[in-house]
Amino acid sequence: MVDWRWDFVWEILPRLLQATGNTLIAAIAGYGIALVLGLFLALGQRTPYRIVTLIIREVVEFIRSTPLILQIFFIFYVGPQFGIRLSPWMSGMIAIGLHYACYLSEVYRGGIESVPRGQWEAATALNMSTLQKYRRVIIPQAIPSALAGMGNYLVGIFKDTPMLSVIGVAELIHTANAIGSENYRFLEPYTMVGLIFLAISLPTAGLIRAFEGYVRRKLGM
Amino acid sequence: MTFIEFFGQYWPRLLSGTGITIAQFFLAAILGIAISLAMALLKLSNNRILRCSAITYIEVFRGTSLLVQLYWIFFVLPLFGITIEKFTAGYIAVGMNIGAYGAELVRGGILSVPKGQWEAALAINMSPAKRMRRIILPQALVNMLPPWGNLMIELLKGTALVSLISVTDLMFEAKQINASTFLSAQIFGTALVIYYILARFFVTPFMRWLERFMARKMGRA
Repeated sequence: MVDWRWDFVWEILPRLLQATGNTLIAAIAGYGIALVLGLFLALGQRTPYRIVTLIIREVVEFIRSTPLILQIFFIFYVGPQFGIRLSPWMSGMIAIGLHYACYLSEVYRGGIESVPRGQWEAATALNMSTLQKYRRVIIPQAIPSALAGMGNYLVGIFKDTPMLSVIGVAELIHTANAIGSENYRFLEPYTMVGLIFLAISLPTAGLIRAFEGYVRRKLGM
Repeated sequence: MTFIEFFGQYWPRLLSGTGITIAQFFLAAILGIAISLAMALLKLSNNRILRCSAITYIEVFRGTSLLVQLYWIFFVLPLFGITIEKFTAGYIAVGMNIGAYGAELVRGGILSVPKGQWEAALAINMSPAKRMRRIILPQALVNMLPPWGNLMIELLKGTALVSLISVTDLMFEAKQINASTFLSAQIFGTALVIYYILARFFVTPFMRWLERFMARKMGRA
């Protein structure tokens, strides 16, 4: 039957924890890019120019319906063909940031559209500029309905970081692969990686739900 | 090499890869739907043990990455004496992953059926199984179909990961062709477009049609 070796677990744990750090950095950096870029994609769809809206919508649709892993390969390998050399980290962050920006832009869009029309009209009646309308009236009310989606994608991005291993980013799965092939033992590294993922994503999901409730209460909803 | 020449030379491999991707998609979808239904019913059961096992399944598969699950099933299960061939391991991993997400959709769908429907079924002396099959599930299905459309796109994208255990799907062929030609933009670009076409012109329209079809069947159109 299976021989689970605790001494081997203790031996590889420091390396796995270091890789966990890299995974978290990748997830947080990717999420940061996605949050900002997603906002531009969402607001870009609200300009009076229909053609811009259509183009952005189609691009978002394209990125959302193709595999992230293929996009990672695309960005990593296509750059050098045109003389742009990107490091694995750089291309990974661009790919994951862009991919999730598209998801987040839909979340933002849903949030903005959930604000009743009367709020827009009231802001116009108060002679607010477009920037003021968004900043003072629309976005604060759009946030609560967008929060759930935003939180889900934070966990989602964290769970998608293993795909960065294919271009050599030293995150959890990459490290587990290396440990496995150095020692010819795959049971402990892969199982530990699974447990580390659970240990991070389950509490994070819980925290996000709690935070969502807190924001809703704060805003009196 | 022009793109036409390139495509002329490699289309048979891309086609066979696309065939494998479609096969993985269907097999994973069937498995995923079956698991969703089973896990949702278990999670709604009155038996504590059944309920807890369903919750554990859902949380474990939603809390870890598909890639980790795939590697675990392919590399670690053989150590327990369960060796699964790579093609089978691929769709089993994707299907089990999607099943966990689907289970929550099915559960939500079942809970969204109004209480009066349950009571009416009880009043006309239906057995619990018959009530579920004839009254609750059809109505739940109509309610939950829209999110299933998104899940099916996620499933299609998930199948790209099976290339990492050397299943010769579209992603795998693209990687191989890239390694031998270095025409990254052409090959990865073509693969992206193929995935997009599958998602946008096959999966999504089918799910939309199914939504309309079911709504008509239920007399809600």
